[in-house]
Amino acid sequence: MPVVHLKGLTRAFGSFKAVDSVDLEIRDGEFVSLLGPSGCGKTTTLRMIAGFIDPTGGTIDVDGHVLSSVSGSLPPEKRSMSMIFQSYAIWPHMTVGENVGFGLEIRKIPREEVKKRIAEVLDVVQMGHLASRYPAELSGGQQQRVALARAIVVKPSVLLLDEPLSNLDANLREEMRFEIRRLHEALKITTVYVTHDQAEAMATSDRIAVMNKGRIEQVDAPYLVYTRPKTRFVAGFIGRTNFVTGKRDGDALHFDGFALHKDWFASLPAKPAIDFSIRPQSLRLERAGMSITGNRVAVEGQVVQRSFLGEHWDYTFQPANASQVLKVAMPPSDVFEVGSPAVLALDPTLMVAIG
Amino acid sequence: MTDVTIGEGRAAAGPAGKPKSRRTFDWTMLVWLLFAAILIAIVVNPIFRLVWESITTEAGGFTLDNYVKAYSRTRYWQALINTVMMGAGTAVLAALLAVPLAWACVRTDMPGRGFVRLSVLAAFIIPPYLSAVGWVLLAGPNSGWLNKTWMWATGASQGLFNIYSLTGLIVIMGLHLFFFIFVFTSSALELVSSEMEDAANVLGAGPMKTAFKITLPLIMPAILGGLIIIFLQSIALFGVPAIIAIPARYPVVTTQLTEFFSNNRVDLAAAYALPLLLITMTLLGLQRWMLARKGFTVVGGKGGERRIVKLGPWRWVMFGYALFVAILAVFMPLIVLIQAAFSKAWGRGFALDNLTFAHVNFILFEHQGAVPALIRSILYAGTAAFAALALALVIAYIVRRNLLKGGQVLAFLCMAPFVIPGIILAIGFYAAYAPPPLALAGTALIIIVAFTTRLLPIAYQNASAGISSIHVEMEEAVRILGGGRLMAVRRVVAPLLKRSLVGAWILIFVPACQELSTAIFLSGPKNRVLSVLIFDFSEEGKFEQLSVLGGLLLIITVIIVAIGFRIVGRDFMLRRQ
Repeated sequence: MPVVHLKGLTRAFGSFKAVDSVDLEIRDGEFVSLLGPSGCGKTTTLRMIAGFIDPTGGTIDVDGHVLSSVSGSLPPEKRSMSMIFQSYAIWPHMTVGENVGFGLEIRKIPREEVKKRIAEVLDVVQMGHLASRYPAELSGGQQQRVALARAIVVKPSVLLLDEPLSNLDANLREEMRFEIRRLHEALKITTVYVTHDQAEAMATSDRIAVMNKGRIEQVDAPYLVYTRPKTRFVAGFIGRTNFVTGKRDGDALHFDGFALHKDWFASLPAKPAIDFSIRPQSLRLERAGMSITGNRVAVEGQVVQRSFLGEHWDYTFQPANASQVLKVAMPPSDVFEVGSPAVLALDPTLMVAIG
Repeated sequence: MTDVTIGEGRAAAGPAGKPKSRRTFDWTMLVWLLFAAILIAIVVNPIFRLVWESITTEAGGFTLDNYVKAYSRTRYWQALINTVMMGAGTAVLAALLAVPLAWACVRTDMPGRGFVRLSVLAAFIIPPYLSAVGWVLLAGPNSGWLNKTWMWATGASQGLFNIYSLTGLIVIMGLHLFFFIFVFTSSALELVSSEMEDAANVLGAGPMKTAFKITLPLIMPAILGGLIIIFLQSIALFGVPAIIAIPARYPVVTTQLTEFFSNNRVDLAAAYALPLLLITMTLLGLQRWMLARKGFTVVGGKGGERRIVKLGPWRWVMFGYALFVAILAVFMPLIVLIQAAFSKAWGRGFALDNLTFAHVNFILFEHQGAVPALIRSILYAGTAAFAALALALVIAYIVRRNLLKGGQVLAFLCMAPFVIPGIILAIGFYAAYAPPPLALAGTALIIIVAFTTRLLPIAYQNASAGISSIHVEMEEAVRILGGGRLMAVRRVVAPLLKRSLVGAWILIFVPACQELSTAIFLSGPKNRVLSVLIFDFSEEGKFEQLSVLGGLLLIITVIIVAIGFRIVGRDFMLRRQ
């Protein structure tokens, strides 16, 4: 069963390390995203898995067989993988059916069988009625579906996707996200998905590997990557967040504008100053004078800025006597005027120490 | 949502065994060496030999004597000055002809824009030596049609025009070469969006002010680039000066080179040619620099929408001007050549008793050399076009796909002949391959190879543009699905390139078929090509038979271009509804 294993994978271009000793194990049937800003090395990593780029260090194993290493790499055509490209790379001189059947033809599958499988896979991607069209006659979304069909019809050992949705408009992108996940649920092909869009990665993946400057910063399920970021980069890249620094003073942690007892936190790094990430969604605003109950701590202050984004309010809250401000997300019905005093309800268990 | 029905289990996982090294033997260096060797033989060596000839004595020692001799006489200096004046005059005339036409075709509602475009193309497709002969028949002193008409109408004893003059040279060359400025200016105008002009209008500039302050400056680099190209093309032309400048006693560099060459002084010719080569390189460098300067080009932005300027009654004035240019450049020379081809004597005019098919009959059935020359022209040009294209394609693929280190060197060598005027290339080839041991003088091989070299830059530009228009992921998609690189080339690159390759082949074949300046020095008596034969006829003054030959050449050209359009059109496989 295909288990893709990257061990110390490195690719240098001159003195620049595009990918820097990446270790990652992708389990059989798993959907893993490589997520990061442009230039983080995610596409280079994917292209090394595909065999288009040779590593300058480390290895890529599939099921224990070394496919790529410094001493030599198996060319892409011998890897029985398939890939969906950013440009789709649909061949414009072949019909939809010919595009999809190409990989089967190369595998010398009998013509009848090829026909049958083309028809089946086109039905799966809801393109059955367009088999004889040429790509130029298709919309972007339809071309995307052809690319999907062409990649899965050969039943690849590993499916690679290189920012496949970046050329689509927002609505279609959302639709295709679910489509890709649906296909994965059905086919369980081991998949590596490269994207810079966190929503895409979260909607599709079993696990997300967040990359930055050629290294993997964290590999976890989408929920954990969001709620328990391990590094400042991950916290800042996935969703919006507030960064606060707590200075140790005996049993207390002093933040700008408030203080917390260290017992709130299960474990803390042994440092005099600790950085935390707090999501705007985990904070709440209450009217001044309201009492804060339960697991929350009250911080007095005022609203200094706001913007209404439809699905929620974005408030900027400034604790009394603090120079730092905090972003707070609130439902549309909770209206606070700029300049009005308010109380921030802070749940310290939702604060994540990021080293 | 459709149910998923193909989840019947996965194909066996990745291949077993240890990875095989992608390259068991490093053949890349060998390939590089092979192509480098070919390019050295057909590009570097001829130019090297040209320089070598110019600085060595017969005994093999070093000397600058040739340069002293080549520039010691005022006559030789005069030729250089004459050439510069001719080039500058031609460039200016071409700009005056082409810029208004380009503007009218791209940005106005002038009637007959398609016709005007076609005429400009036709003016370029007619070989310049042929229109030179046409103009001799039109404006030869006293005997030319225009002069006879003038004398008949005014009773004057002397004609008005003398084609054997600097003006004559400039008119003939300008009417042929204005094509370049037309093309450059039209494409620049297509990039100037109306919004840029609107922006000026909004700020209070009127139409005239907008034209001179916004539009003209924006297309200026294209016009200047066109001027340089035309200057260089005109000073490198051989046929027109040979037909016009020699009788006019107006020596230019190319006629002077011919003189050195026919006196068997390849060393002097080489020394005399090198400044021309330097001028060409400098000006092309200047042109590149001018076009590359950011902020002076309109490449940025998406072109935007272009509005058509409504000329009102002036559109007929504009059309009149376009028609006038078309008549001068295409119809008048063509009509007198056709008349000559079917006349007993061209000077006797359009009379029924002057009509004869004798010349056609003579050329097609009686003349020993004509039909073979025709076949040779097609054969040599066709072979050279295939050779240049094949070489260019492989190298462009290597360079564009980064398959070899040092590919850029090969690309540079492919483009290098662009700066070498045909006549200089011919002298270089002669110096390199005419003497023993190869002794290729007068063989078909040397002509074909020289044509190949001369047209390699066009081939390379087309091949390179074609390959870079195919996204590399198109090929990677083949490979990840299990096809090798050759499969990717065969199944994806080749079919997608087919159209642009047909176009490129025609772009190479047509000039190769008409090429005179390279052929005149390299073809021996036994393998004359059509252009050389036409030139011989003009020296003998046999204009009627020459016209038949020229007509044949034009017919081939037009047929090839038409067939090409057909194929390129039919190959348009992407059905759009």
